[in-house]
Amino acid sequence: MSEFLQHLVNMLVLGGTYALLGIGLTLIFGIMNVVNFTHGVLYTFGAYIMFIVVQQLGLNFFLALPVAVLAGWLLGATIELTLLRPLRGSDIDTTMLVMIGAWIAMQSGTLWIWGGVAKSVATPFPEAPLVLGPVSVSWLRLFVLAAAAMLILVTYLLINKTSLGRAMRATFQDHDTASLMGVNVDMIYTSTFAIGSSLAAAAGALLGPVYVIFPQMGDLAAVKAFAIVILGGLGNITGAVIGGFILALAEELGAGYVSSGYRDAMGFVIIIAVLIFRPTGLFARAERVG
Amino acid sequence: MTRALGLVPVFALATALFGGTAGAQTIKIGVNEPLTGAFAASGTYVVNGAKIAADEINAKGGILGKKIELVIEDNKSNPTEAAAVAEKLITSDKVPVLMGAWGSSLTLAVMPKLMEYETPMVVETSSSGKITTTGNPFVFRISPPSAVEAAAFKGIVDKLALKKVDFLIINNDWGRGTAEDFSKMMKDKGISIGLVETMDQGAQDMSAQLSKIKSSDSETVIVTTAVDQLTLIFKQAAALGLKKRIITTGGSQNPDQIIAQAGAAANGTMHLTTFLPWFPDKTPNPEATNYFITEWKKRGFEFAGCTESFRGYDGIRTAAAAVEKAGKAEPAAIKAALWDINIKGLNGDIVFRKSGPEGKESGQSQPNVYLIEINDGKVELKTL
Repeated sequence: MSEFLQHLVNMLVLGGTYALLGIGLTLIFGIMNVVNFTHGVLYTFGAYIMFIVVQQLGLNFFLALPVAVLAGWLLGATIELTLLRPLRGSDIDTTMLVMIGAWIAMQSGTLWIWGGVAKSVATPFPEAPLVLGPVSVSWLRLFVLAAAAMLILVTYLLINKTSLGRAMRATFQDHDTASLMGVNVDMIYTSTFAIGSSLAAAAGALLGPVYVIFPQMGDLAAVKAFAIVILGGLGNITGAVIGGFILALAEELGAGYVSSGYRDAMGFVIIIAVLIFRPTGLFARAERVG
Repeated sequence: MTRALGLVPVFALATALFGGTAGAQTIKIGVNEPLTGAFAASGTYVVNGAKIAADEINAKGGILGKKIELVIEDNKSNPTEAAAVAEKLITSDKVPVLMGAWGSSLTLAVMPKLMEYETPMVVETSSSGKITTTGNPFVFRISPPSAVEAAAFKGIVDKLALKKVDFLIINNDWGRGTAEDFSKMMKDKGISIGLVETMDQGAQDMSAQLSKIKSSDSETVIVTTAVDQLTLIFKQAAALGLKKRIITTGGSQNPDQIIAQAGAAANGTMHLTTFLPWFPDKTPNPEATNYFITEWKKRGFEFAGCTESFRGYDGIRTAAAAVEKAGKAEPAAIKAALWDINIKGLNGDIVFRKSGPEGKESGQSQPNVYLIEINDGKVELKTL
């Protein structure tokens, strides 16, 4: 029983960060319809910003987080302005190839600057964990969970309760009508991509100190993010959050009670099942076809 | 200006051609190591150790009147890449001998290429038994196979009063080979084996496996993986309140790095290592060990890397000694000469004995294995 409780606690902590990865991608992949292969690199980028600010500049850990989010926002905006804007209107394959190119170039860039050896970031949290009866959890991971929850809430409110969010949803539903209604669609494209990117960077900045930081760290994260988005339904923020927790639960229980060798496969077994039985995702709203 | 720029490719070509002719004046040794990916830290340490050996030999005038040139390639911690790198080193760079490829799965992937091109390789780190028992006569290993580690550990299991152990191993030839050899030895000693949990080489979150181990009824966990994953395991085990005795194997732990990054969580842990940089006087060749450690520090590398990098140093010295003995930089002659060398390695004399099926034996030297314990952030030697 205590083992099961511990697995549940692990699931909560892991699920929070998966959800954060998922909502960033669901904005770009789900709403903008751009197959964003740079999502993993932006995650890596956020982690390296933490490394620079905390380890190399010696500045405060809590200051580094907003710096990483801002840096992710700027890099995302740059990618949109230089790569995606000229390609608007071209077919999905061309965009996909350009994004794959950007992914490889940026990953090689991190390798060139920082080398392949993993880096770690010191945190201000105590080493001794918080112990609650049979379960224990590290303070750092509790902080990561809280920060992720806050970012998810802010994003949800931004999309659903603000006029910027309304303009975003309108633009990606019907680009021309939104434009006629006075929405600056160019600005909406750039800011949506930038917000999605800053969420990826935030996830990297939060998880970099939990694990270790290296140039390929984003690859597995990106694969999981795609899985979460498909699981939750394209463009569905709530779906991405729930998808993140489902993936974490599947990995924890899969590793705990089935076989740890197949831990990373568990999530994909679920994805296959979802694609067979509910191809639009678990939480996709009913949509009129045709 | 445009005309001047037009000359750039010509200069580049000239430099390349000149570089090519200069290359023929050196003796090339191919180095196939993981410089990126899951084993980047370890592979980089080994390469830095290899460079110390090459510089030392070259400072003394090289071998056969020529300088040694290391051709270093990154196998990306990926078996497919490791095989491709070996092919590139042999066919394009024309190296007559290689050193590599750090991990057991990486080395096993390279081995068919050695057969195909009949080129010998000094294996400096890999510990899977399969490497020297499958009948590949081009493999010469200076690191201990996991069965040798298990045998060395046998002497101390009574002293540690082990009753039941769990395993947490990297899910590849290295980890699985270790679990197999250690389980066999322990069962013979009447110790029961509990869980055998695995982790992917790139996995960063082992909380699920550790939670399971925390709830088991064993008192000891044997952990096998490289240093980056180990530090994560120590931190995550501490976060879960796992109180079992942790023993690591494989010699790629860099205990000082664990002390630095895992802090108090490292205390009381034990590690099977293949080098004693903390106690140079207790190593088989104190003079060489002291030289190596001084040179390592002089180059500004972290002391923690010594436990890994010494293998690169010994590996290159082994290959160079074989080239010298062969009298020429040709694969067949070097392969024959590897059987006759006897050099003072940092972890015992390097002399190859036959291992594997008759007629196509691989070479295996007999390095020492040590057990150390971390106490109050310091490394202590335990007697095996």
